[in-house]
Amino acid sequence: MEERVVIVGAGQAGGELSAGLRKQGYQGRIVLLGDEPHPPYQRPPLSKGFLRGKVALTDLYLKPLATYERFGIELRLGTRVEAIDRSTRELALQDGSRLGYDKLVLATGGRARRLRLRGEETTHLENLFSVRSISDIEAMRAKFVAGSRLVLIGGGYVGLEVAAVAVELGLRVTVLEAAPRLLARVTGPEVSSFIEQLHRERGVDLRLGCEVQGFELDEAQRNVRGVRIACHGAAERLDADLVLVGIGLVPNTELAAAAGLAVDDGIVVDECACTADPNILAIGDCANQPSTFTGGRIRLESVPNAIEHARVAAATLMGKREPYAAIPWFWSDQYGLKLQMVGLSAGYERCVTRGSAGGKEFSAFYLAGRRVIAADVIGRPADFMAAKRLVASRAEVDVARLGDAAVPLQSLAA
Amino acid sequence: MPKIKFIEADGKEHEVDAAEGQSVMQAAMDNLVPGIVAECGGFASCATCHGYVDEAWLAKVPPPDAAEEGMIACAYHVKPNSRLTCQLTVTPALDGLVVRLPVSQTSE
Repeated sequence: MEERVVIVGAGQAGGELSAGLRKQGYQGRIVLLGDEPHPPYQRPPLSKGFLRGKVALTDLYLKPLATYERFGIELRLGTRVEAIDRSTRELALQDGSRLGYDKLVLATGGRARRLRLRGEETTHLENLFSVRSISDIEAMRAKFVAGSRLVLIGGGYVGLEVAAVAVELGLRVTVLEAAPRLLARVTGPEVSSFIEQLHRERGVDLRLGCEVQGFELDEAQRNVRGVRIACHGAAERLDADLVLVGIGLVPNTELAAAAGLAVDDGIVVDECACTADPNILAIGDCANQPSTFTGGRIRLESVPNAIEHARVAAATLMGKREPYAAIPWFWSDQYGLKLQMVGLSAGYERCVTRGSAGGKEFSAFYLAGRRVIAADVIGRPADFMAAKRLVASRAEVDVARLGDAAVPLQSLAA
Repeated sequence: MPKIKFIEADGKEHEVDAAEGQSVMQAAMDNLVPGIVAECGGFASCATCHGYVDEAWLAKVPPPDAAEEGMIACAYHVKPNSRLTCQLTVTPALDGLVVRLPVSQTSE
């Protein structure tokens, strides 16, 4: 019998793994199951070019359907998995059928976190949106018309990217952020204030330290007409034509948990992407893995992580051991400015900057001792690549030279 | 369809049919060419689709813009003919293009 790898989740990680296995010469069957009607696609442009209407649907697809066919990857779309039976090594599918596996890879990703408002059910509201899938954007795009009032709940990267597109399309945009500054969880105050200014200059009404208290609905109880907030204790009501919630991602771990696999902020895997069941792996947004970078465990939500984790899993399935080694990095685009972030700045001791915030190009380096553990780079791509090397090398740097823009960054890694 | 030949660092060749208008990177992705990672999906944000354009073809591709130059400046294994393949658009004039790939996109 031919060995069969079944991948649950046709997102970036699942798609990458299916391709990676074939690139490495895997001879068995590969079945890639996705619950959306689309083949693996890029999610980052959803809140950027796709919402803006500049990126076409098929350009989101990572590969055309023909590629899967040509390389013998059995892509089954619109297919949901209900349960994993580890004793018989079978999946129960939503249509009632069963699908056997020799090796199972969970690449189930995550879903947009729901806003919880006391005493209010929000799932039925027609002008309340989140950003995770093509269908989310298709549902909201018709409402992105000039003059409409958009209230964005959550000042993270996804929310800010949508705010930038909305401003460019002529909407009136209010961003509500619970923390006292934007991106507080992932970046330093220098970068937060740069981003805050970037959005305020373009007319975004930015409310920091703001708590959402409830919605006011129309008579039919189907649309939000107003958002009740409290900013620093002061109550206010904001008019809204549409509301978007961007408050993070919840990993899809239910299948794994129901099958008795360990779940702790993601499906628990080792450095080779394996769960405690030798026949089951987990990769990407849904997986919680050991990190040589932080020394602890981590769950990352990013495309580079999905790709690297898929590479690790492909090696494992080919009988090799190639532990995860990449440095986390992320990117964003807002108002045509390129933001590139490398490393994880949590726990940094000091921040050193280069360039000028006013000139719309600057770099912030986060140091622990004399080591650069992370950097946020805006409009200075060469700095980003050099910072990636600095972070990866773990080299100690001369802090005064790091802050001197005349010193080439590459020379600091010595 | 224009043909593009990718040559991995170990010499393994992959000749693929590319579609006009797509990027050279996408032609590699569609054909599962190893050696290109393409993390950012084609937005010149990651330099993991780095390739060396064969000397005979260098004059036939438009020069890099500032963003691409910046990304290449500190990429890994850079040579004078280094380009980000996501920034090269396939045209009939590039039929026969040869692109060599670096030994790694992400490390020394």
